[in-house]
Amino acid sequence: MLDDFIVRALLAGMGVAIVGGPLGCFIVWRRMAYFGDSLAHAGLLGIALGLTLQIGVNVGILAVCVALALVLAMLERQRRLATDTLLGILSHASLSIGLVTISLLATVRVDVMAYLFGDILAVVPADLWWIYGGGAVVLAALAYLWRPLLAMTVHADLAQAEGINVAAVRLAFMLLIALVIAIAMKIVGVALITSLLIIPAATARRFSRTPEQMAIGASLLGCIAVGAGMLGSLTWDTPSGPSIVVAATLLFAIALAAGEVADRTRRPR
Amino acid sequence: MTAAGSKAGPRDEHRRRPLIAARGIGVAGRGAPILEKVDIEIAAGEIVTLVGPNGAGKTTLARILLGLDKPDLGVVERADAIVVGYVPQRLGIDAVLPLTVDRFLTLARRADRRTVDAALDEVGARELGRRALHELSGGELQRTLLARALLRKPDLLILDEPVQGVDFSGQFELYELIARIRDERGCGMLLISHDLHLVMAATDRVVCLNRHICCAGHPEDVSRDPAYVALFGPRAARDLAVYHHEHDHRHDLHGGVVPIAADHRHEHDHRHDHDQHDRRRV
Repeated sequence: MLDDFIVRALLAGMGVAIVGGPLGCFIVWRRMAYFGDSLAHAGLLGIALGLTLQIGVNVGILAVCVALALVLAMLERQRRLATDTLLGILSHASLSIGLVTISLLATVRVDVMAYLFGDILAVVPADLWWIYGGGAVVLAALAYLWRPLLAMTVHADLAQAEGINVAAVRLAFMLLIALVIAIAMKIVGVALITSLLIIPAATARRFSRTPEQMAIGASLLGCIAVGAGMLGSLTWDTPSGPSIVVAATLLFAIALAAGEVADRTRRPR
Repeated sequence: MTAAGSKAGPRDEHRRRPLIAARGIGVAGRGAPILEKVDIEIAAGEIVTLVGPNGAGKTTLARILLGLDKPDLGVVERADAIVVGYVPQRLGIDAVLPLTVDRFLTLARRADRRTVDAALDEVGARELGRRALHELSGGELQRTLLARALLRKPDLLILDEPVQGVDFSGQFELYELIARIRDERGCGMLLISHDLHLVMAATDRVVCLNRHICCAGHPEDVSRDPAYVALFGPRAARDLAVYHHEHDHRHDLHGGVVPIAADHRHEHDHRHDHDQHDRRRV
């Protein structure tokens, strides 16, 4: 019989994995892997702001993530600096400002490591409401944006010439990522959320012939990684979040190897 | 394939109203302007080829005509409710996105199986439907892009370097296809090409752009030129034309050079049109 805290950890991890599947596919397709990292780093500034202004950590993280998405969307209009350069600047700037601010808060002690790696075993029922409620909102919005988002991922100018409001859809997509990271960061940690966005999506590519297959496959693979990681964590008494990331990485490696073998058997020399 | 003499009548009627007209387009650059006092119009059933060296502002002008960018100066007038189809220059399809041709064609708008197949048929690519987009050759990709544009039932097609990355014999086939689409659908077409001297034979008008419009005229009818036929073969002679042109100004005289060709454009147009029909009937 599983303990309650383990069930909650599994539910939390799988909730993030389910939302992370389709969202992560778009992050991989649009080459925005660094965006999730940047938002997660910026989240630290959000924690500092939330504590300083006493508006709550969740609100602080959400506010900073949304602000970062808006600033990035604005900066992308100039074409001299590429997006990854801008993200590098924003990411490290907000991380550093966050750390400096936290150090200036003499009265409050913040465990930065807890936010970077999270503690999925400490999930409380209210956290599950956040994950599944917020997750449902994000998935519904993503379903609504699916077709235009896919069209502009393939070719932004072509999509715009065919009547899609590319700037609006792009901003909406960034806000969705910001929302997911803001919800999941405090609960499962930065490292886990960005891993659950990217690694299962990359793994699912091998088995997919359509974008939808890849999105659903990524969600499933994410759930498997959460289950396997938790099992490993309990068996060998390893930290849960990193164990889940290791499990996801193993799945990726297996898919890669299996794909290589399949390619060789299909084309015998 | 390109014999369309019988369809010339109705097309002539379409021709009188421009589908799109850009007037006095100017785009500021750093130092020298990117575009300066550019006028261009395209009528229904007309193929206009925009030539110019790299950096001449061809793509900038195309983006303005498409409504993707706004010019700093000038206006673009579109005929009421026209649909503009766009065939972009490069489609950097990443293998990380699993997408079949069928799916790609219906990304911007839904279409039923039969409509999609008909569009693929029209570009001679029926068998491509289930192929993965990132595995297509240059020519197959261009046909796919063309099919996507045709699904919108365009009045005007803007094609940016449509034969780039396509092998030599594939280029003739594509030109043949583009000419046939014009003949059958009667839509206006703007082709962008970086090749200054070789343009599609079905072109009604060539506009040479180098930040401003240097000159505009009709491509020579080379199908009768034995030297050209000997060089490229009869098929090339039918689908390509050599565009000889002399500039009346030099490019270090940037400011205020007004191309004299602008005044003659309409005359060219009519004369050329007759040439075209004569040739087609032969």
